[in-house]
This record gives sequence, C-alpha cells and structure tokens, in this order.
Amino acid sequence: MIPRPRPERFRLRRTMMFMNAQKPGLIKDAYIYGCDSIMLDLEDAVAENQKDAARFSLYHALKTIDYGDTEVIVRINGLDTPHWQEDIRVCVAGGADGIRIAKCESAQDVKTVEAAVEAAEEEFGVEKGRTLLMAALESPKGILNAYEICSASERLFGVAISGGDFRKCMQTSFQPDGVDMLAARGQMLLAARAAGVQCFDTVFTDLDNEEGFRAEVLQNKAMGFDGKSLINPKQIRLVHQVFAPTRKEVLQAEKIVRAYQEQSAAGVGVFTVDGKMIDIAFIPGAERTLRLAKACGMYEGDLVK
Amino acid sequence: MEILRSAMAGTLESSDAQVIVEPGNGRIELSLQSSVMNQYGRQIKATVLETLERLDVSSVRITVVDKGALDCTLKARVECAVYRSCGASAANIPWGGAVR
Amino acid sequence: MINAVGREIPDALLTDGKEVYQGKNYMDGRYIQKASPRTRRYEKPQESKVVESIRAALEQCGAKSGMTFSFHHHLRDGDYVVNQVMAVAIEDMGLEDLTIAASSLGNAHDPIADYIEQGKVVGIQTSGIRGRMGEVVSAGKLKTPAIIRSHGGRPRAIEAGEVHIDIAFVAAPTSDCMGNCRGIGGKSNCGSMGYAMTDAKYADHVVVVTDCLVDFPNMPASVEAIDVDAVVVVDSIGNPKKIASAAARISQNPRDLMMAENVARVIAATPWFKDGFSFQTGVGGPSLAANLFLEQYMDERGIKMGWAIGGICGPMVELLKKGKVGKVIDVQDFDLDAVNSINQTPNHFEMSASQYANPANKGAFVNKLDFVVLAALEIDTGFNVNVLTGSDGVLRGAPGGHPDTAAGSKVCIIVTPLTRGRMATVCEHVVTVTTPGDCVDVLVTDYGIAVNPLRPDLIACLDEAGIPHVTIESLKEKAYSLVGRPDDLEWEDKVVAVLEARDGTILDVVRKIRPFTLSED
Repeated sequence: MIPRPRPERFRLRRTMMFMNAQKPGLIKDAYIYGCDSIMLDLEDAVAENQKDAARFSLYHALKTIDYGDTEVIVRINGLDTPHWQEDIRVCVAGGADGIRIAKCESAQDVKTVEAAVEAAEEEFGVEKGRTLLMAALESPKGILNAYEICSASERLFGVAISGGDFRKCMQTSFQPDGVDMLAARGQMLLAARAAGVQCFDTVFTDLDNEEGFRAEVLQNKAMGFDGKSLINPKQIRLVHQVFAPTRKEVLQAEKIVRAYQEQSAAGVGVFTVDGKMIDIAFIPGAERTLRLAKACGMYEGDLVK
Repeated sequence: MEILRSAMAGTLESSDAQVIVEPGNGRIELSLQSSVMNQYGRQIKATVLETLERLDVSSVRITVVDKGALDCTLKARVECAVYRSCGASAANIPWGGAVR
Repeated sequence: MINAVGREIPDALLTDGKEVYQGKNYMDGRYIQKASPRTRRYEKPQESKVVESIRAALEQCGAKSGMTFSFHHHLRDGDYVVNQVMAVAIEDMGLEDLTIAASSLGNAHDPIADYIEQGKVVGIQTSGIRGRMGEVVSAGKLKTPAIIRSHGGRPRAIEAGEVHIDIAFVAAPTSDCMGNCRGIGGKSNCGSMGYAMTDAKYADHVVVVTDCLVDFPNMPASVEAIDVDAVVVVDSIGNPKKIASAAARISQNPRDLMMAENVARVIAATPWFKDGFSFQTGVGGPSLAANLFLEQYMDERGIKMGWAIGGICGPMVELLKKGKVGKVIDVQDFDLDAVNSINQTPNHFEMSASQYANPANKGAFVNKLDFVVLAALEIDTGFNVNVLTGSDGVLRGAPGGHPDTAAGSKVCIIVTPLTRGRMATVCEHVVTVTTPGDCVDVLVTDYGIAVNPLRPDLIACLDEAGIPHVTIESLKEKAYSLVGRPDDLEWEDKVVAVLEARDGTILDVVRKIRPFTLSED
C-alpha cells in the first residue's frame, strides 16, 4: 500500500494525460513520462460491459503503484449513467487525488458529486475534504454555467473543456485556428479566473499533425490556460516547453519576489524594480512564474517551494 | 462467496491475465498457465489462493491464463470474475474490506 | 572452473586447450595457425557448374553421415535453403549424425527441430537459436551441446579450424553458372552476403543455391566462382516478404522514444561525439529510434558521422543519402531500403563477418567503433548482458554482433525497458552471460540511466552535461519492486548449450531447464 500525501488544490497542472484504467500495461507506470497529472479513465475508454472490471483494476493500481509526485485523477462516468456512484466509491476508497466529473452542466452536478464523495469519505474513513474535484464542460449549457460550476465547491480545483462533444453540440468541427471553440474557451477562462480556479484545454487527437498541435498549445498559452489534457506521452514535451517561462521572465520574477521580501520586512509597501513600480499585486504572478520555472528545471533558488 | 455460474474477467493481452471461475465441487481446483511460470508460478498461485480466501470462496474451478500480469492485476481479475459469477460486480463492492 | 564473469564451467568442456573466459582482450597478441580447406581442383575448362538438384550437388561434394554443413542467415525468417538442403540430405539420402554450422538460425527453421528429435542432426553451431529449435535444444534433445558464437566469434572459429565445414551452402539471390553470387538483382534479394564469405573461403566444398540464374559473370561478386563447386537452381530460396521488411520504421512507441532520446543525450555528452565519429545501432525499437535524436544533435553541433557499420536498415541509408554519414559498411540488410542501396548508393559497401567483427584478425571494424547502441533481454548488476535465453531459461535469442561491438567500441550503450510484462530486465544475475559486464558502459532504461563504475570518465561526462543517473542496483530494486522478486530457475546438470566469448574462451553454459509445474509445489 502506497500512502499518498494530501492532494494540493492548487498545484502545477500543465499536462494531464488520459490513460485507460482498464489496461494494466498502461497504467502501471504512466508517470515515467513526466506529466503533471495522469487521468485514469473509467468513462469513454472503457467499454460498457467492462466498467466493473475497470474498477477492480483501478482500485489495485491506486493501492499498489507508487505514482510519486504525479497527481492521480480519475475520470468517472457521467451522472446520467448507472456507474458514477460506484466510480466515486472506488476512487475515494483507493485514495485518488481527484475526480473529474464528466459532462458537467451545473453547480448542482458538482454538488451531487460532492455529496457522494463526502459519503464515500465517511464510509471508507478517508479524511473529509481530501478528494479534489474538477469539472469537464462538454456542452453549451456547461459553458454558459461555467461560473456557477467553478464556484460550486471548495474541492473544485479547475474546469476543462472537452472538445469532441462540445463541437458536436455546436455543429462544428476542429478548425486549425481554434475559431470553433474560441468563444467557449474564452468564456470558460473568464469564469475560472473570476472564481479563482484553474482552467484546462481539451485534447488534440491528431497525433501526426505536429504543427497543428504546436499551434494549439501556443494559443492555449496565449489565452491563459493552466494546462492541457493529453492523449499520448509524446505530447508532453512540447506543452512543457511552451508553458515554460522565458529566462527573462524568471529573472524578473526573482527580482520582484526578492525585493518584496526585503522591502516588506522593512515595512515598505511600494517600491521599484528596474524602474518599474511594484506592489503586492505583482507578487502572486511572480511567485507562480518561479514555481513554474522550478518545475521546468530553470530555477533552483528557495524564494518559492 | 458462492460461485453461482461461470464468469470470466481479463484478457489475453500482454501484462494481463484471463480468469475463468466455474462452480466447484467443494474445493478449489486451480489450473494455471503462465508466460512466466518458471519464475513466478509459485507467486501467482499464492496470490490467486489468497484472493479467493479473502473473498471466502472455498468451492470453485478456476482457470488462470497469465500473460505476465502484475500481482495487482491478478487480484483484480480474480475478484472481478468472482463478483461477476454472483451477479454482484456492478455496485457496493467492499473496497478495502474483502477487496484489498 | 569459475570464469571471469563468475560462471561455473564444467571441466569436461575444457579439453583440447579450451579455456574459460578470462576478461577482455585476454588473447591479444597471440599467434594462431589458420586452418586451410582441402579443396578439389577444377583444372579442365568447364562450361557450367549448374547441377540438376540439391541431391546431385551433395553427391558431387561427397556428402556423407557425420559431416558439418554450413549456412548463412541473410534470408532471415524467409529462408527456405536450410530446410531444403537438410530434407534432401536426411530424408532422400538417409544421412545421419549431421552438424549444422549456421551464422544464425531462426523461426524459419522449425522443421530442423524434428531432425534433432530424431537424432539425425546431432550438432548445432550458431549465433541465434529460436522457436521450436530453441525449445528442443533447451529440453536436452540435441546429442551434443549447441555451440553459440557471436558474429565475430564464428569466423574466428572457422579460420582457426575449430569448426571444419565440409560443405558450405550459399543461399544466393543471384548467381551465374559458375557460382559468382550477389545479394541483389533477383527475386529474393538480401543485399549484403557478408556472413557467407568466410564460409566460402574455408569450406572444403561450396554449393550455391539460387532461384535466379543470371548471365556470366555476375559482378561484383560477394561469393566468387573460384570457391564454388556446384550451383543448384531451385524454385525459390526464400519468402521475400520475410527476408527484408518493406521499411524499418522508427518506433512511435513513447517509451522507446523517451529511451532513444536519452541514448542520444548520453552520446552527445561524451568526447567522442565529434565530426567523423563512428556508430552502430541495432534495429530494435529504441536502438533504431536513437538515430533520429542523434541526427538532431549532429545538426545542432554541425558535425557528421564518419562511418556506420552493422546490420543496416533504411534510416541509416537515409542519413547516408543526406550526406550526414560518410560511409556505411554493411554485413547484413534488414529492409528493402538497405537492400536496394548496398553497392548502389555511393559509399555504401559490403563487408564480410570477419572484417566486421572477428577479434582474431588484424583490423575488424568493431575495434575502431566509437559508439554502439544495443538491446538486451536481461542485464544484471554486474552489467553482464543476456541476449540468448529468456528469463524462463529457454534458448530464444542470439548474441549476434552484440559481444563483438560491446568489446570493441569506446562506448557501449544498452537500451532496454526496466521490465517487460512481468520480467525484470534489470536483474541480480542474468540467466546466461552473452556479453561480459566489463564491455558494457551505460544502461539506459525508462526508469533511469546507470553508468558502469568501471567508467568514471563517462560518469564525469554525464555529470558535466547535467544528465541524471543512478546506480544499476537501484534500477534492479525498482524492477523487483514492480514485478516481485522472481524465483530462481531450476536446472538439471545436463549442458544443452555452450556459449563462447568472441575470443573462443567459454563465457557460460546453458543447462537443461526443469520447468515449474503446479503439482510439485
């Protein structure tokens, strides 16, 4: 049995890689590729008549495999299926770090899952509030209700858009410039930022189209996403490259945080760095840059953990 | 648990195992084939028997065709086959109890 | 006697001056007397050496019971020639007590397992042994222990007279009526014929078997008419689909790619990675994929590869055509791109197995090699590698050029996943030592890199480049923590195969496995 530390609600989640929870050869060491989170899938990847088998596999994988620092999220079946309650029981009993709610359309959906999670934590003697949630928005209704979803639970760390289903609802298809989902991505980002949670983009499924993938990841970064769902380990490297801060950004952030620590110790609230006015509002951003830099191996100092 | 009807779980893919349980005649009859028999035959047998004991199964004909599955996969396949044979695999599994 | 890799070698095998393995380069500087064949003069002008059948060729060469027949394996899993010849010798002519000395044997040769079980074939000398033949030999059904040699060790043994070939069979994609052979121009092309060359020079008799007779003279010839007694034309020497694959594709498996990338990082971190460096890689997933990442580093540094050797496939030919490698010297071809390139693309040359890897000659290519990237079935904490026996103890592999290139190269990198299914690739003791640990420098796995402590210079290179590495013991522990510690295999005393080091000393033996069954537990 591998005890896992209490999950952190806000941590680095640049890459969240989907893995079929039913395939023993895949889930045994998906963490070696260095993604930030792995997403063990009980939903679409698992055939309807293997949902039960997948839960047994998942339970023992969670209990046996040392995933180290990699976050372990489980995508459960939708609330309109007969599977989601047992899915939640096995996630909580197995000690998954978080649950991804598929096809989430309202704050009520989050609350329904939250109640079941709480009951499971009670049943299995798991610390209350340990199991985190994230919501996948897959329909126009989900996008329109993004803000209430993002604000629905203290457990919820973020929202993700799921492109496949969403494009179908919108009667569109993948467009290289992202115009098919531009409004939805924007709206979801607004809601997530307003509610103070993270926001993740959908998978890019055409593995051979490296140029298209790069373009999408660059757009994700430019729009302000925290990370992206992936379907193949070979996608990890590019996302980490694109999401890494530049050397200049790291140096600047280091200066700001160091100056802030010195100045605030001396009781000064507003000061200048390289001729620019800096106050406390700059600090969370600078610290986030340093944490990201640390994860990318670009910063080794101790200004952030 | 009592094996009510024959049931199967798992696949013949590499790193997996296929487990078939059938109603027994008062004892555990294990038939095992494994791609790693010479190195792990003893451990696979022990894992299968321990899992059956935890599930309180004492009468079963169980056939395991192992393709190099890890212990955690073997347990999952045996458990799933047993629960399926009782029609009880879909809900209210005693996670952390008999299944652990 | 215990040898330098800690293996117990039965004294009964140490006769006629045979010694146990003593460490790298033990035989250096010794003199050997080369053997010479006893060959027939063909003084009278001949119109043609073509005979009507394999049987006629065998009879002309005086085939009889107790002889040693040699074969080469360029037709790989598509080969029909070994089975055709042995069927005629055993079933039509009633010969017995035959020994097969092949450069390698594989799944195409399952029917030979029957002759072993019938006691008609009593000796096997080969690099590779797989399929049913591996099973029957492992089960102790071959009358004498199989002798396993590397691709360099084989021509060494032939030249030293340790293997005396009575009749060498050359499977030739094209031949003329006098026996000038080439690996191209026919319907079952294999490209290089490097493994057949030493056989043709040292065998008492040479029979060419072809399915495409071409006009005389078939030049430039890989095997020359001056060494050939008879030419037989058959319907087909092999299945072209299984001789050379359409094109060796670089793996898309993310695990292979991750390991390949680390292999290239390691290479690029050493002082030998400079303009004109030399390189060999296997055709396994991660080894071949290393080409791809190496090219990126070459471009970055603005350097080119001087030469590449080995079994060759498309991606290396591609580099040659792009001008990124100076010369490709080729003992065997794995795909049609390579087959169609040899002796056609400028600077793509053919070489013999002896020229490639024989440690007893005066200048084998392997001994000037900078880098080699190789796979492994198992590697132990002493960096000893096994590429012959499965971890269940059954023969199912081939040393090939592995021990030769490992010993000769400046940097030998083994690339393998930490586990395969439930098998720990990194383990405490390999089942069989096929490449001694003192020849292996770096291990790249999906769970980390380990450097042989015998190479502090390489450890310093990796540290300098910021490439993380761990001890091989920690990799072994990680492997066992994933798959569980395996039970020890159980063996009987009977030796079923003797494994020669490239210098001819005995590196290890394979004994008869006692399979585990539930009832004995």
